[in-house]
Amino acid sequence: MASRTSETVTGPRSEDALPSSTASAVKIVIVGGFGVGKTTLVRSVSEIRPLTTEETMTQASVSVDDLEGVERKRMTTVAMDFGRISIDDEMVLYVFGTPGQQRFWFLWNGLFEGSLGAVVLVDTRRLEASFDVLGRLEEAHTPFVVAVNAFDEAPTYSEAELRQALDLPDAVPLLHCDARSRESSKEVLLALMRYLYALATRTETAQTS
Amino acid sequence: MTPDEEWDEGSPERLYVLTGGRSGSEDVGLDLVTLIVTRTPPQIGMQPEHQQILRVCESPLSVVEISAHLRLPVSIVTVLLADLLAEDRVEARAPAPSLPDIDIIKAVIHGLQNL
Repeated sequence: MASRTSETVTGPRSEDALPSSTASAVKIVIVGGFGVGKTTLVRSVSEIRPLTTEETMTQASVSVDDLEGVERKRMTTVAMDFGRISIDDEMVLYVFGTPGQQRFWFLWNGLFEGSLGAVVLVDTRRLEASFDVLGRLEEAHTPFVVAVNAFDEAPTYSEAELRQALDLPDAVPLLHCDARSRESSKEVLLALMRYLYALATRTETAQTS
Repeated sequence: MTPDEEWDEGSPERLYVLTGGRSGSEDVGLDLVTLIVTRTPPQIGMQPEHQQILRVCESPLSVVEISAHLRLPVSIVTVLLADLLAEDRVEARAPAPSLPDIDIIKAVIHGLQNL
């Protein structure tokens, strides 16, 4: 690969430029296993062509056979896709898709911090892939909704069955979606925002009473 | 062959050189979605990556978008931005507070409905 000069970086297309009045950003995280449709959902709602950022992480791994306890460094590259939605002239929303598996949780530090909330995207063929994520979000007190992405060949369960399988409290919204559809994906984000609104008004009521 | 061609683009050695050996662990208070806006145009003699940042941030652009456009990890972009912030060449606009703020939630709901 040739060395990169400043000319090779094109930057955002002019039509994608944010107005100079944009004062602040908010973020929502879509989390789920591989192939569950995170990138598809991000692409469905994003106003810009989704972008990818790669983090190269050196993870220390200690071999059990190593009596001297010398850490072996292992390079891991993880890609994160994200899109963008203009809210108004002053605010912009970023939607991130991130893998849910425990070994990628190192990515979550800067991601969930300050996020409005999360959408856990679920494939009914691989429900167990969501268990770790749900537990972790609850521990971190990150508000979330669960969206079951429609796959033609996936088994259908009743809401009660899904809630039981995922050990999901009644208060947490659970909905079905088709991540390929803009309308449906938009409804998922709106479901999260309405849930956040309900939580926020409940908090305010509790504080004023 | 230039030195650049001898190593993998994302190799730690290359990233180390780009940041002058700094690790990115310094806390400059930048979030993934902190918006960066250029204040002064790029000048000859500046490090190419600094010039690139000043060029792509003519309109507000988040830290993570800069990372995607420059194809550099966020941790490296953060170090480069710290230099530019120290020299007052860019402005950083912090993300909205994460506390549940009814006005922000309402604005986002309204914005999504218009999507």
